[in-house]
Amino acid sequence: MRVIRSREGGPYTVLRFLLRSLLLGALVCGTVLIASFLLSRASGNLAINIAGPEASAAAIAKIQHELGLDRPLPVQFYDWAARAAHGDLGRSFLFHEKVSSLIATHFPVTFRLGVFAIVLALVIALPLGIAAALVEGTVFDIAIGAVALLGQAMPSFWLGLLLIIWFGIDLHWLPIAGVESWTGYVLPSFVLSFVAIPVILRLTRSGMVDAMRADYVRTARAKGLSRASIVLKHALRNAAMPVVAVSAVQLGFILGGSVVVEVVFNIHGLGYLAWESIGKGDFPVVQAVVLLFSLIFVGLTVASDLVSALLDPRVRGA
Amino acid sequence: MRTVRRLPLVLGMVVVGFAVLVAIFGPALVAHDAFTQNLAHRFVPPEWLAGGSPAHPFGTDQLGRDYLARLVLGVRISLMIGLTAVVLSGLIGTTLGVLGGYFGGWVDAVVMFIVSCRLAIPIILVALTVVFLVGSSLTVVMLTIGLLLWERFAVVSRSATRQVASRDYVAAAWCAGCSRRWIVLGEILPNIVHHLIVVATVDMAIAILLAAALSFLGLGVPPPMPDLGLMIAEAKDYMFFKPWVIEIPGLALFALVLGINLLGDGLRDLLGGESGG
Repeated sequence: MRVIRSREGGPYTVLRFLLRSLLLGALVCGTVLIASFLLSRASGNLAINIAGPEASAAAIAKIQHELGLDRPLPVQFYDWAARAAHGDLGRSFLFHEKVSSLIATHFPVTFRLGVFAIVLALVIALPLGIAAALVEGTVFDIAIGAVALLGQAMPSFWLGLLLIIWFGIDLHWLPIAGVESWTGYVLPSFVLSFVAIPVILRLTRSGMVDAMRADYVRTARAKGLSRASIVLKHALRNAAMPVVAVSAVQLGFILGGSVVVEVVFNIHGLGYLAWESIGKGDFPVVQAVVLLFSLIFVGLTVASDLVSALLDPRVRGA
Repeated sequence: MRTVRRLPLVLGMVVVGFAVLVAIFGPALVAHDAFTQNLAHRFVPPEWLAGGSPAHPFGTDQLGRDYLARLVLGVRISLMIGLTAVVLSGLIGTTLGVLGGYFGGWVDAVVMFIVSCRLAIPIILVALTVVFLVGSSLTVVMLTIGLLLWERFAVVSRSATRQVASRDYVAAAWCAGCSRRWIVLGEILPNIVHHLIVVATVDMAIAILLAAALSFLGLGVPPPMPDLGLMIAEAKDYMFFKPWVIEIPGLALFALVLGINLLGDGLRDLLGGESGG
């Protein structure tokens, strides 16, 4: 175990940092758990949703009893949470399937989509950010900044539909729906990557601008190192760290926001499942998906905290 | 170079100013009503395409309603959602952020914990669920988004408050016997407000896009209201043969959001605020 010093001073360990961050994450997950449970029960019309609007009061009461919805809220919550801890997320009201198996079949699609999107965002935004920093203050820099602005303002569902018209219908290059082959992932991942491109681009640019002004870069220049070596080895290594950390968090946002793109491209992932379930009042599924996205987000945040703590010599106590 | 630097602000002011004028006066000026259907005149193309007529400059939709009239009303709806959401989220976020930043200690820990919880929930799924449960209406969409979108205000006002609270003039006010309420309202708020204005533009753009996405997914502003996202959703079955039916409302939405973002960027350069993103 390595003893490190925080910026405020006082020794503490990487392990303690990890524990604190995990504890906070667990608290956040617990709160989200309670909130999502309360939200799904707040309506009180779950049984009516299942039985249909014309059902008799007796039929509704029967369904309520069968699902345990007539018990006090804390009892229902305890029951649900205890089962969830054992991996039993209940049964879908409408799909007549276990929620856990629904999630197991839908999650891989969304996960692949998210990973492709964040990789694509990095491939697009990193070189643009570096280029903008190297030509800082010129018209090119401003033009690259404009790319970030345009990306930020683009409604993702509209971009998706336009790409379907252009690449799917007019050019016949790519499929317009579904992910039966890998080509089906191209357009939706590209649309999803727009979530992260502006953030990564700006962060890379500002990190590189700072790095290129730093003393170690001046030293490297004075040593007569090549420009490529200075930019890629010295400056980028320092500028990349916050970008890595932010990318993890952005992946969380991408996954949570994939519902729009999944609906546009008719991809049956987790977001699509949640959208369908919300529209039909199938709350065990909605609850589980919201919880899963929150868990993933918290996990990614903790991981990114830890990675930056381990990589940053100021935190590590060099 | 100076003029290039000022370009975002000027462009943003022009676009947003135009949108505000359209939202206020547009519906009264357009010749047609946004809700009147005319099934004999479905899909009249816009004026600049073959078969277009000057009677409907932007064409008509699948029910023969005038696209210009609906577009103009759609801009009004988007701006209303954006403004309401920003006022509501600004109140919630700034209160939390200033409390956390000013008092520090466990108050700050609680505030940051609430912000962490908010960030962890997938906002669009929760918004869809709330709209489904409460029932879709313009008011519900505005309130839902306002209640969910305050984290940027909280984060920025917290860090700005921390900076301002350590300044000498706050210490001086404290020594002069000013109350905490006066210090927060009279000393801190006026000195962080330029940060908040920039955040307001960022959040307004996000709120408008989020509302359009909700409408597109069928759980936002309900038909027959001409929300821009809803117009795209309703037109998308016809887009393969008449791409303009989604191009026109999408372009309006894109331009509006871009204008607000440009304005925010320009204001940030001018006022030196931070966006927190």
